Amino acid sequence: MIRYMIGRVTSLCLSLVVASLVIFTVVEIVPGDPAAYMLGVNARPDTIAALRTELGLDLPTVQRYFAWISGLVQGDFGISYTYRTPVAQMVADRIAVSLPLALLALAITVAIAFPAGIYAASHRGRAGDLGVMGATQLGIAVPNFWFAMILVLIFAIKLRWVSAGGFPGWNAGVLKGLTALILPAIALALPQAAILTRVMRSSLLDMLNEDFIRTARAKGLSKRQALWRHAVRNALIPVLTIIGLQFSFLLAGGIVIEQVFFLPGMGRLIFQAISSRDLIVVESVVMLLVASVIGVNFAVDLAYAAVDPRLRTRS
Amino acid sequence: MSLLRISNLFLSIAQIPILHEISLDIAPGEIVAITGESGSGKSMTALATIGLLPESAVVDGQIELEGTNLLKLTEPEMCTVRGARIGMVFQEPMTALNPVQTIGAQVAETILQHESISRSEAFTRARAVLNRVGLPEDRFPLTRYPHELSGGQRQRVVIAMAIALRPRLLIADEPTTALDVTTQARILDLLKDLARDFGMGLMIITHDLAVVAGMADRIAVMQNGRIVETGPTEQLFSNMKHPYTRALFEASAHKVDLPPAPPPEPLLAVRNVVRRYRQPRSRLFGTRPEINAVDDVSFTLHHGERLGLVGESGCGKSTLTRAILGLEPVQGGSITVDGAPVWAGLRPNMEVRRKMQVVFQDPYSSFNPRHRVERLVAEPFFLLPDPPRGEAREARVAEALVAVGLKASDANRYIHEFSGGQRQRIAIARALINDPTLIVFDEAVSALDVSVRAQCLDLIADLCRLRPLSYLFISHDLSVVRSITDRVMVMQAGAIVEQGPTEQVFANPKHPYTQTLLAAAPKLPDIKKMNHAS
Repeated sequence: MIRYMIGRVTSLCLSLVVASLVIFTVVEIVPGDPAAYMLGVNARPDTIAALRTELGLDLPTVQRYFAWISGLVQGDFGISYTYRTPVAQMVADRIAVSLPLALLALAITVAIAFPAGIYAASHRGRAGDLGVMGATQLGIAVPNFWFAMILVLIFAIKLRWVSAGGFPGWNAGVLKGLTALILPAIALALPQAAILTRVMRSSLLDMLNEDFIRTARAKGLSKRQALWRHAVRNALIPVLTIIGLQFSFLLAGGIVIEQVFFLPGMGRLIFQAISSRDLIVVESVVMLLVASVIGVNFAVDLAYAAVDPRLRTRS
Repeated sequence: MSLLRISNLFLSIAQIPILHEISLDIAPGEIVAITGESGSGKSMTALATIGLLPESAVVDGQIELEGTNLLKLTEPEMCTVRGARIGMVFQEPMTALNPVQTIGAQVAETILQHESISRSEAFTRARAVLNRVGLPEDRFPLTRYPHELSGGQRQRVVIAMAIALRPRLLIADEPTTALDVTTQARILDLLKDLARDFGMGLMIITHDLAVVAGMADRIAVMQNGRIVETGPTEQLFSNMKHPYTRALFEASAHKVDLPPAPPPEPLLAVRNVVRRYRQPRSRLFGTRPEINAVDDVSFTLHHGERLGLVGESGCGKSTLTRAILGLEPVQGGSITVDGAPVWAGLRPNMEVRRKMQVVFQDPYSSFNPRHRVERLVAEPFFLLPDPPRGEAREARVAEALVAVGLKASDANRYIHEFSGGQRQRIAIARALINDPTLIVFDEAVSALDVSVRAQCLDLIADLCRLRPLSYLFISHDLSVVRSITDRVMVMQAGAIVEQGPTEQVFANPKHPYTQTLLAAAPKLPDIKKMNHAS
């Protein structure tokens, strides 16, 4: 187990270093001088030079890389070129929306997919299975912003249970914040739930064909007992992989949903930063997202080991 | 009174008739073997008895266990019978256990399923059962996971689960088919002891007549869903009435007629070959231990010679084969064919490779299902610098197919249209098409039924008569190797421990390991001797 952990941690650190190098290099290569961009077309060369010094842009590349990294580690993400405010503060504000949104969406995804997948697998070929499979087909085919619009139409406009968009901030109360996030979370979750249901179903069906299920039945377990006690846990490995991928997507991929619901999330921050050449924001946010994806994969690796004893003893 | 009485059992699955008029009795403590070839319905008879048939199955007749007709029971009632009154052991120990649960939990589950006792009590009893099947506590604590055990040990766990509640009837479906001979002998002994000790009826299903002969009190021979002959073991063997029983027996004891080998002239020379694998570190900063899968192996195979290689799983047979075929480099020694090395510098020597062909074990997975037979058989042509095209190619394919007893027109069919035996013939055709100087048969007949196996062995012998065929025949099955080779090598733990003329090694084994192997191998009864005695 310790060997497995050390292996995973090493791979985590190496991935982070490589990712930071790639991101830094790409931002370096992108044409355009941020200082010149910030000061506009009429700026005098000596003003630009002064700003470059202030931003640290005139230092050697290697030194700037290490300055950036050591800043990141200490929570100092630099100053936004366009807004002139600390990037860390901007990012923190956005994470306060995006992370709860992603977690909520993931919880809804799992809450739908697990029962639906298990139900479909245990009723294979019967009406219930066909119904679930039809629904997932629809869930995958229909884009999430369309779900978002339908949800707004029903719950915000017709029933007036929640507001159609915007985010009151957590200061307004946890319940108010969650209420604002519930529709976007459902809209984000539905297509993901459809995908995960299918993965859960096919993974379970594979397991139900395994010899050890027959062994369990020969011991006197009913079909249902064999499914719950022996198939479900074994079926989780591929499901965990997909959950890991989905969480990473939900964290940053919700830009369309953020637009539909006017949410100040990460997706919109990146979009704005790219359009205004605010490279330091782009660099830091991308690094943060990469780090979170790598972190999630690490968590998934640990979850594998918890589920499957074979991984704990293998190198 | 009989323990199990099957009478007039009919079974069809998805409207296809599978079993006809099966009638069979098993008394307490009696060992009854059901034997026959694949598709004869022996496994279905077992599954019908324990009530685990596929959903589309329709059953008619009676299966009475101590007077209760099991076919009349509801599914929940049947669940109380399975595991408690009938236990079952399956063929494949590697997959029969849940990989994410400890062996203790899996054995205890049988007990907890049927008796309302505490978990700790169930684990105590699981411990006792595991001790009984030969897995002592010091080496096999309850917390072990299946992947930490060998095939034979896993089969013991499966047996422990099946007998934990001392069922009245134990069904064992090919319990030793996936195991090595020495392990097989020990598992069969264990099953026999358990049946005697517990007074348990044992229904053992096997395709191997020799296994049956060694342990069963009575035998039922099945063919096409019917029991064609049944009787006490000795009586049945000494007086086989049904032609199918006789055919099965003859095929099991089949001896082929090999033409004499030409005078020795070296073809394949293996000299001091070492194939080393690095294993994962046992400690964090320790050195990676190495294991010699093939350890200083030397032998010569002559032109026209038929050489056998036997040994149990993990002995290095397959590793040695891959090295000979030039699929992997070796860490020491040399392998040459007609003086040319199979591995030239950093890449395999194509000159040598085209002289060698191989026939693998599994006729179902060793062909690409999307290609026609013509393309499958002609595949080795890509090794040639100037492969035949057009009509010449067609003629060569047709010639190879005819040589293995198929029709030239079979070239246009797909592989799924052929039976296992026919597929293995196609594999042989593929191996022959380049006129190789050396063929490697890697467990080539192990997956086949006895009658089909006998035909395949005859085919190989026939081919030897038509052309000087040199081959290396690798198998775990000693009886096959005995009849199809001139010389044999016995491999253990990466080393060849004994080699010599086949008859001599079998009749008078020198090395203790060879002696163990031969002693463990199940033997068919000598009918002549039996008849003489009676």
